[in-house]
Amino acid sequence: MTKNIMIVGVGGQGTLLASRILGNAVISEGYDVKVSEVHGMSQRGGSVVTYVKYGEKVHAPIIDKGEADIILAFERLEAIRALPYLKKGGKVILNDRKILPMPVITGATTYPEGIVEDLSSKADVIALDALDLSIKAGSPKAVNVVLIGVLAKSMDIPKETFIKVINETVPPKFLEMNLKAFELGYNYEG
Amino acid sequence: MKELMIGNAAVARGAYEAGVKVVSSYPGTPSTEITESIVKYEDVYVEWAPNEKVAGETAIGASIAGARAMSCMKHVGLNVMADPVFTVSYIGANGGLVFCVADDPGMHSSQNEQDSRHYAKASKIMMLEPSDSSECKEFTKLAFSLSEKYDTPVFIRLSTRVSHSQSLVEICEPEKVELKPYVKNIQKNVMMPANAISRHVVVEEREKALREFAETTPLNAVEDNGSKIGVITSGVSYAYAKDALQDKVNYLKLGMVYPLPTNLIKEFASKVDVLYVIEELDPFIEEHVKGLGIKVKGKDVFSLLGEYSQNLIKKVVLNEEVDAFAPQNLPKRPPVMCAGCPHRGTFYVLSKLGVTVSGDIGCYTLGAVAPLNSVDTTICMGASVSAAHGMAKARGEEFNKKLVSVIGDSTFIHSGITGLIDIVYNKGNNTVIILDNSITGMTGHQDNPTTGLTIRKEPTKQVDLVALCKAVGVDRVRVEDPFDIKGFEKAVKEELEVNEPSVIIAQRPCALLKTVKHEGYYTVNSDKCRSCKMCMKLGCPAIIFEDGKAKIDPTQCNGCGLCVKVCPFTAITKGE
Ligand SMILES: Cc1ncc(C[n+]2csc(CCOP(=O)(O)OP(=O)(O)O)c2C)c(N)n1
Repeated sequence: MTKNIMIVGVGGQGTLLASRILGNAVISEGYDVKVSEVHGMSQRGGSVVTYVKYGEKVHAPIIDKGEADIILAFERLEAIRALPYLKKGGKVILNDRKILPMPVITGATTYPEGIVEDLSSKADVIALDALDLSIKAGSPKAVNVVLIGVLAKSMDIPKETFIKVINETVPPKFLEMNLKAFELGYNYEG
Repeated sequence: MKELMIGNAAVARGAYEAGVKVVSSYPGTPSTEITESIVKYEDVYVEWAPNEKVAGETAIGASIAGARAMSCMKHVGLNVMADPVFTVSYIGANGGLVFCVADDPGMHSSQNEQDSRHYAKASKIMMLEPSDSSECKEFTKLAFSLSEKYDTPVFIRLSTRVSHSQSLVEICEPEKVELKPYVKNIQKNVMMPANAISRHVVVEEREKALREFAETTPLNAVEDNGSKIGVITSGVSYAYAKDALQDKVNYLKLGMVYPLPTNLIKEFASKVDVLYVIEELDPFIEEHVKGLGIKVKGKDVFSLLGEYSQNLIKKVVLNEEVDAFAPQNLPKRPPVMCAGCPHRGTFYVLSKLGVTVSGDIGCYTLGAVAPLNSVDTTICMGASVSAAHGMAKARGEEFNKKLVSVIGDSTFIHSGITGLIDIVYNKGNNTVIILDNSITGMTGHQDNPTTGLTIRKEPTKQVDLVALCKAVGVDRVRVEDPFDIKGFEKAVKEELEVNEPSVIIAQRPCALLKTVKHEGYYTVNSDKCRSCKMCMKLGCPAIIFEDGKAKIDPTQCNGCGLCVKVCPFTAITKGE
């Protein structure tokens, strides 16, 4: 069986780094893996989706509707947009942030209310303010690593593996802060 | 050792291991990272060329001179490069010559959804199509040796999902490849009619040999699961099909999509009751199979549009539906110009003036979305200038007085300059705005001839845009700051008024460049805000309107200050 993790957010939020850390953690455990990234136009503030899939043998690079075991969402509206991709009984880890899309800013439409409640009625949801934890770790720039910490707790990959990968990925100058961010996420009690 | 790599990095690795010596490309999503990944191989010569035609010809020259050479592009880049491609098919290759072309089904970042496989057939050049990163590396390596063996250029066809998905790749030592001798050979390398006539004969013989090769090469593999359903597929469609159908069907996976095998397909088809071709975009394989008189299901049950997926294939072939939460009707989140983007100033002014904007391709295409709604047309790179010339010739001077072209620095060098020459030569009076943000933005910050740096970040001569425009005969060339809204508006008005061609260079670096320093953020004093919504007209993602007042999101604002200039009530000031 492959495990499917979908990372969603808004272009520029750092989802790419999160998927790279996750991908490398998974290969350290000897799995086959596919990580599908987004480059190009949508990185300019559009909806972005990356997929991380691992198991004995992974074929399709994308996650289809009803296939995601976990959705890691960097933003509320993007979480609810991704919901059709969640397996029934799956889990949503939500950075409870609101970034208004341009059609909302221009007044053409409104930002939906009650997203967290809606999600919680359909899935197992962990919602947190990752920016707050990131600032506690020493910088507002480690939101993605905080979220990786929360995710790690929900996965069957040892914590040490993640720490090893963060050690290998993050520049030394930011290492301590990022490790702290990871711990704060990992120890987050919902 | 195995490493996790996107398909594009794996193509670069494959080329490196095959001893590639010269790589010349022009960026274009989803192909860009191939050439960017070559940079880490220090002994390979790599460059960004001004456009795909130049890039392709550079690679062709290197091949004729005896080196293994490669050029990479997005699908529409191949249109630009098509001219040399059709003729180098006749010349063949001395050093292995590989053209890597990346299609974009679903149009994640493209202006059309063309299927490049038609080019392989039309130009009679073999084409390989990998389905994951490991195959990207292996097929690219093989492409160089096939190129030399069959004396032909070779296409590698990628698609967005193959280019941008990471999977495991086995890392090997690079081959030691010597330069082949350069021998003057007029019959082979000078394509004038007398020589081309005899080279065409060679091409047709090569086609025959490659068709035979297609029958036996392990690139085309049968996977017999003893099923009565057969699937012929290639590239990423194979990955989707495997996921959806597992071992419930037999597969013929085609790693070589041109030329296609005949007997192999006939034999595969003879063993099943139902045969499908699963391929995104056009019925390229399907038409070949039908041409063999074989009954096959293809575009009658699968779409000509967009990307496929495992669920889609499951539904068509197995009639299985997936249980999933229904999608809701949610606000879309289209891409927008970044906070601080210099193009915003230009489009704010153009939108205010209500002029017709002949647009082009780059970040500034986003000037077409609400609330700016400024751009009238976008066709292909360079067309902003030439199409505006056509508009002016069609509708006359009055129309031209309210018509501008907008074109980025990279796009201007790519193919805008020829349009400008056309305007000058044919007595046009157009106004062309070059949006010089000091970088090729849309494709992720590549240097270009106007930035003064090479792909390896070595300082080099910098094209002087002012001098260039003057040299082709434009006397009125001025440099303006698009964030000086008043000055910029005045400049546009003046240039529209004059009866001669003019160029305005809107100069301000991309806000995402590391060299651009951001000074804090701005904030709205809600007591002073009179809810006039002038700042909302900028379409800045950092400015929202809540509870009847404008607000600035400090995490998104990068302090460009453009909104300060449009606020009539001085309600916007520096944040703490
Ligand atoms: C023939 C062709 N080649 C490549 C591309 C991909 N592409 C789209 S926009 C662009 C460059 C944009 O750079 P620039 O003109 O400097 O504008 P910016 O994005 O920086 O505003 C490229 C390479 C394309 N669409 N067509």
